[in-house]
Amino acid sequence: MSVSDTASAKHLEVALVAAERTVWQGQAKIVIARTTDGDVGILPGHAPLLGLLQGGTVQVRTVDDEYFVAAAPDGFISVAGDRVSILAENAEMGHDIDLEEARRDLERAQATGIDTDAGEEELRLAEARVRAAEKAG
Amino acid sequence: MPASLRELRERKASVSTIKKLTRAMELIAASRIVKAQQRAQAAGPYARELTRAVSAVATFSNVDHPLTTEKANPRRAAVLLITSDRGQAGAYSANVIREGERLNQLLREDAKEVVPYLSGRKGIAFYTFRQRELAKSWSGDSDAPSFARAREIADELIGAFLTPTDEGGVDEIHIVFTRFVSMLTQRPDVIRLLPLEVVEGAEAPAADDVLPLYEFEPSAEDVLDALLPKYVASRIHYCMLQAAASELANRQRAMKSATDNAQDLIEKLTRDLNQARQAQITQEISEIVGGASALADASAGSE
Repeated sequence: MSVSDTASAKHLEVALVAAERTVWQGQAKIVIARTTDGDVGILPGHAPLLGLLQGGTVQVRTVDDEYFVAAAPDGFISVAGDRVSILAENAEMGHDIDLEEARRDLERAQATGIDTDAGEEELRLAEARVRAAEKAG
Repeated sequence: MPASLRELRERKASVSTIKKLTRAMELIAASRIVKAQQRAQAAGPYARELTRAVSAVATFSNVDHPLTTEKANPRRAAVLLITSDRGQAGAYSANVIREGERLNQLLREDAKEVVPYLSGRKGIAFYTFRQRELAKSWSGDSDAPSFARAREIADELIGAFLTPTDEGGVDEIHIVFTRFVSMLTQRPDVIRLLPLEVVEGAEAPAADDVLPLYEFEPSAEDVLDALLPKYVASRIHYCMLQAAASELANRQRAMKSATDNAQDLIEKLTRDLNQARQAQITQEISEIVGGASALADASAGSE
């Protein structure tokens, strides 16, 4: 079996996991995530990887050619043997986020400033949610 | 002398009210256990994936991290005691507090100073009543702990752990909580949280699980840096969820036996009540009969 055969025959088992629940679980063709070193596209057969997500969004194309964006602020991605796990305490699906509300949250977070760790984290969370909602919409 | 009819009736009515109350609390606890178990299950995937990832980093890189480094001469030990906020749960809080006292004793024998951290109002009350110093305490959501709360505790504990001992930091951190074994068995338990022993606990990957060679982005150190605090928070959350389920199971059991006791008391009071009523009737009859025969005797004598 050639490499392309295995790639086309296989798919990725993706789990998007938040601290208190599994947000999405299913099969996907490709996962695109932005780590601290730049965007990585993950196809079936990818080498094992552990990376920190930056910017907080992950794009997934499912086997049914559906496409969605998820917010995963301060999360990380782990790839091993065609299993992709995206872990983030506050992971959310892009289309579940109310864009208007997310924008208001972002403005408020920006107004509070990033003097404290908590404020900075809140800002990153808000940014990731807005980005995910914009891409999904 | 048995109590009067009215008194017995009043007591029976009040016990019936108590029974209704405890029955309601039993049912509430029973329905909440299901929810607590679901929550514990829902938190499972996150903990599992995190454990896998941490094990992977620990196995495939030679990274020394402050959180995994054993200190040479541990002098101060923090103990996080997880108790409930409310009572009516039988010996739940008493048991876990006793386990905590045992651990404190053990640590003191090792010449370590104990720094208590508390979660749950019952434990806080126990410590403040004895006028002991608390490093920090949390309360308010012992039966449905959120991940945010676990993070808050984790941040505090990690902060204390990373502070040098001479400046008020601690050298190791233990958690005392109640493990939910089954609906019938809940056991107080102690785990050492920090320094971390990476491959351990209920979610550790099986021995035959092949851990692949990982690429790290940006680097193993950075990944570990970001992972470990999350891992700590996840373990604390796990302990809190176990404690919450245990608390509810204990409450259900305590309220069940309270309901049963109330039922027994009601039956006893009903019998006392019947006996008192019957005694009264018997006495009335004998008074009437006595009165009648006295009248009959009197009229017979006059004739």
